Amino acid sequence: MAFGQGRSGGGGGGGGRGGSRDKKPGDKEKGQRRTLFRRRKVCKFCADKIDDINYKDVKLIGPFVPERGKILPRRISGTCAMHQRKLQTAIKRARQIALIPYVTD
Amino acid sequence: MADRQYELVYILPPDTTEQQVGELHGQVEAVVTRMNGQIATTENWGRKRLAYEIGHNKEGFYVLQVINGSGELMKELDRRLKVMDLVIRHMVVRVDEEKKVVERTSTKRRTESERRRVKRGLPPQRQPGEGRPAGEPDEAEDDRFDGVEV
Repeated sequence: MAFGQGRSGGGGGGGGRGGSRDKKPGDKEKGQRRTLFRRRKVCKFCADKIDDINYKDVKLIGPFVPERGKILPRRISGTCAMHQRKLQTAIKRARQIALIPYVTD
Repeated sequence: MADRQYELVYILPPDTTEQQVGELHGQVEAVVTRMNGQIATTENWGRKRLAYEIGHNKEGFYVLQVINGSGELMKELDRRLKVMDLVIRHMVVRVDEEKKVVERTSTKRRTESERRRVKRGLPPQRQPGEGRPAGEPDEAEDDRFDGVEV
């Protein structure tokens, strides 16, 4: 956190000095954002040692089905491949018996 | 051949009477016993809100049954439930193999951790008050899905 703060302060102060650097403002912003927002993602099922992803357990599956009703992709949830596969079948089964919606609009 | 285990879930309209539920249950049981199966457990989940409408029903009466039997039995049961007007939705899932896998992974994990603990000179089971206290909320939990745009 301290690193990010120092950097942003330096950027503000160095506006006059490093005029040539200001050519690519997008670049800097991107770099800053990364340091601020990236956090290590861990598979929830591996971390909590959940072996069984059951279609009846809506409480467990629920967070992986956002508003729209789509299945949350792995790149966002951080679920490992094996558990994402199991989650997928569980969600599809739960949809069949109307525990989880297919679509919502 | 050894029996397989299946889970059968069916949904009835919310206005079904106890008698109708009982009748249907009897019919299912008749088919199961006729084809040499047995009902292991029956669970009534009661009235639940459906995630989407099924035939103008917004709520449904859920019943879950665990049945041990052959594939032919479930095929027959599936066919009959499809025809029945009272059942608005049903699903059959085979569970025995998944259960076996789950059991295997959990026992494997347990023995593995015991082996490691013994190697470190600790008792095989986790002692109370050891490690991170259970039930403490994980800091990463809340903001897991930050910035989700789907």
